[in-house]
Amino acid sequence: MNFPILSSLILLPTIGALFILFTKSSSGKYQSSKYVALFISLANFLLSLYLWYVFDKNSIDFQFVENREWLSGFINYKVGIDGISILFIILTTFITPICIISVNATITNRLKDFLIAILIMETFMIGVFCSLDLVVFYLFFEAGLIPMFLIIGIWGGERRVYSAFKFFLYTLLGSVLMLVAIIAIYWITGTTDVEKLYELGIQVEYQNLLWLAFFSSFAVKTPMWPVHTWLPDAHVEAPTVGSVLLAAILLKMAGYGFIRFSLGLFPIASENFTMLVYILSLIAIIYTSLVALMQDDMKKLIAYSSVAHMGFVTLGIFTMTQQGIEGSIFQMISHGLVSAALFLSVGVVYERHHTRLINKYGGLVSIMPRYAIVFMVFTLGALGLPGTTGFIGEFLILMGAFEKNILVAMIASLGVILGAAYMLWLFKRVVFGEMKNQELKSMKDLKSFEIITLSALVVPILFFGFYPEPLINSIEVSVENTLNMYNFDLVNNIASRD
Amino acid sequence: MENLQYILPEIFISASIMLFLLVGVFKKNSASLIYNLSNISLVILLALIINLSSLDKVYLFNNSYLIDNLSNYMKIILVGSGIFVMLTGSKYIQVINLNKIEYPILILSSILGMMIMISSNDLIVFYMGLELQSLALYVLASFNRDNLLSTESGLKYFVLSALSSGLLLYGCSLTYGFSESTNFNQILINSTEFNYGTTFGIVFILVGLAFKISAVPFHMWAPDVYQGSPTSVTLFFAILPKIAALSVFIKFLYTPFANMNDQWQTIIVFISIASMIFGAVAAIGQKNLKRLIAYSSISHIGYALAGLATVSNQGIQSSITYISIYLVMNLAFFSCLFMLRRNEKYYENIEDLSGLSKKHPILSFSLLIVLFSLAGIPPLAGFFAKFYIFLAVIEQSMYFLAIVGLLATVVAAFYYLRIIKIIYFDPEKEEYERSHNLGLKITLAISTLFILAYFIYPSGITEIVSKITMI
Repeated sequence: MNFPILSSLILLPTIGALFILFTKSSSGKYQSSKYVALFISLANFLLSLYLWYVFDKNSIDFQFVENREWLSGFINYKVGIDGISILFIILTTFITPICIISVNATITNRLKDFLIAILIMETFMIGVFCSLDLVVFYLFFEAGLIPMFLIIGIWGGERRVYSAFKFFLYTLLGSVLMLVAIIAIYWITGTTDVEKLYELGIQVEYQNLLWLAFFSSFAVKTPMWPVHTWLPDAHVEAPTVGSVLLAAILLKMAGYGFIRFSLGLFPIASENFTMLVYILSLIAIIYTSLVALMQDDMKKLIAYSSVAHMGFVTLGIFTMTQQGIEGSIFQMISHGLVSAALFLSVGVVYERHHTRLINKYGGLVSIMPRYAIVFMVFTLGALGLPGTTGFIGEFLILMGAFEKNILVAMIASLGVILGAAYMLWLFKRVVFGEMKNQELKSMKDLKSFEIITLSALVVPILFFGFYPEPLINSIEVSVENTLNMYNFDLVNNIASRD
Repeated sequence: MENLQYILPEIFISASIMLFLLVGVFKKNSASLIYNLSNISLVILLALIINLSSLDKVYLFNNSYLIDNLSNYMKIILVGSGIFVMLTGSKYIQVINLNKIEYPILILSSILGMMIMISSNDLIVFYMGLELQSLALYVLASFNRDNLLSTESGLKYFVLSALSSGLLLYGCSLTYGFSESTNFNQILINSTEFNYGTTFGIVFILVGLAFKISAVPFHMWAPDVYQGSPTSVTLFFAILPKIAALSVFIKFLYTPFANMNDQWQTIIVFISIASMIFGAVAAIGQKNLKRLIAYSSISHIGYALAGLATVSNQGIQSSITYISIYLVMNLAFFSCLFMLRRNEKYYENIEDLSGLSKKHPILSFSLLIVLFSLAGIPPLAGFFAKFYIFLAVIEQSMYFLAIVGLLATVVAAFYYLRIIKIIYFDPEKEEYERSHNLGLKITLAISTLFILAYFIYPSGITEIVSKITMI
């Protein structure tokens, strides 16, 4: 047996959390626990980079597979990665240290508990992207609710209780149906091992119902219209770091689930429901963009823009084309970076001025020039300007969509324009214009740790915007393989019907 | 006479009860002594039962008494949880002045009654065990006789329980009348053909048992009794009678009435769904923690019954696993409740938990784990309990039951979350005392660790339970 690198990736943050639990908490500053958390999360980041380095990008198989007996012989603990999961793992391990650095600013009380919650959360998030067994996947997928509920509820804003409950119950309600489906799959096929299920396939007559059960869970988590309403609440009330985790990684679990499970396990049902997903995605893109235009709370605006961006993602996935799916994955990574950056940027001004209302700001460029620059990069990234990651994702998705359905693609393109409208308008109202509010004068420009975190996000957004090759290269074979399996099943099904 | 070795545990505990009674009468101020002796005797009892656990199936006394894997396992968890119940409650009964000699003796005799129930293979033996445990429980419920609520709960429990015993007896007599025997195996042989008499008998027996297990619509006594009884007795109520009644349920459904499963399956499915939904919805408005846990126990019993409704070995095993995990969660929850003590007074309202996490991080963390586990959130033990149940339910294609059950968990999650919200999000109140007796601390630590670490090796209980086969 080789070194269990994936399990160590999953467990390392939890071990770190245990360490922090036993560090001395009486000192008011919590310096030691902060450094432990930072060290552990950076180590995990390096480990995941190493994983990317040794990962064989030309193989269609799952790699670094670990398979252990777990639930009295009938369900195994199985983890493994392919080109798609590795990117999400790196996104997770990259965002976590940034979150830990930025807790400085936003979290004042019970910092130790907060760090533990973040590290435990990291464990669950990596677990979701690695698991190759449906039950293991469900376990990690659901377990993430506990730390996130606490993060929103303990360190959140005024309506935190309402938002935390809404977040928890919405997600739980969606997921329990998935649990029924998972158990049903076990009794239909005799296994919950994803690789075996890919080989066996699931009988056609069950696929539609099972697909819907999985969809109910992923649609809430994505979130898709009309079950997106928990997201603005959760984002607005969560502390900055919580919003970052939520937007950057938690939402990606569902997109990942769509590719791995909905497409992989139920190809025929996915084909049947394509139109449903298109319509919901288009509504998400257009409607939430319009809603975003009308927001006067910065965080709420970005939250709605997240829903719109995730609409592009689901649209791209269900085009079932190489470009569309690659674009969706790219868009998810890009949105992970950009939305994290935007929430951090909002956190910067919120921490100084203690309001998120857009009309309280204006003219920040004259007092915070550095902030204005990074914020501009993120704004442009969010609206998909060529040269940022946002462009490549949206471009590929629209390419895929045009190939399948021109009308859908055209409506979706409108979303790009609306996206530019609300992001630029936000930027104009906050950064440019006259400084009406005299209290703003006292605001200081970025502190050193803010420069570190924000520039750490600027670099990949621009780098992969100009040179997307490393990312595309890593997912290409896996996406191709997913699509091949998908088309193979479809052709077989049509053949068997004739 | 050679059979006596097999019922050594029962003989031992009867002898200890009588001995302790004598000691209590003749020696003054011996309450604490008897309490500790009872606990020791329970440990010995547990050892004696484990000693017999290698037996596969032994019929005793003209087939009226049966020792098999089911009874052995149930007795082990029964006595095991009995030990922890005694450990956690020792300080409590001293503080509220209940430390009398009768208390441990009543607990022991009701445990004896339950053991007889679990092993019975005959209607008469079964009824004898049932009444022995019930009589002890009536007194225990009203043990705090200066307290109005406690007296009320004892009376209420007595009246309703007597009624249910009456129904049960009526059912037994109908069954006897139509199947010409009181022996379970004989009833099975004689009831191959459908007849109304036996069907009515089944219905009455199930109603009587549903009373004991507090399943909807026969649950009315549970909230009042849970709230009114002294907390240590509530803990006892929440665990031990449930174990005994559940194993009797399994025994009745799968031995004498095994041929009639199309008659009783619908009843069990109905009771199960009604309990899951009612327990979840009714708990939402509760303010008292003990009352809340009563409603929560109603919904948990619904899940355990869902396993029984499947008519499969997998289902029975999942129910037994469920009740095993459930009892650990209850132990942990009540241990936390025993720790809410300030100035010789125990607090049991949800508001009293407000902001607990600031001053008592470990206690609130345990509560957090227990509550999420009760809500069935992975990766905690409560999730696996539900997982096994639904695994068995869906195997039999009972999708409606599974979906209703899972939706009820979402409703139930709400009130568990509300407690967590009060512990973690609300402003803090006064500090509680920090010194607790060792038994309480050990129980809390063991049960919390069990819940937290169950996912590392989830096969443990499953493997033991998989030996229990009824079909």
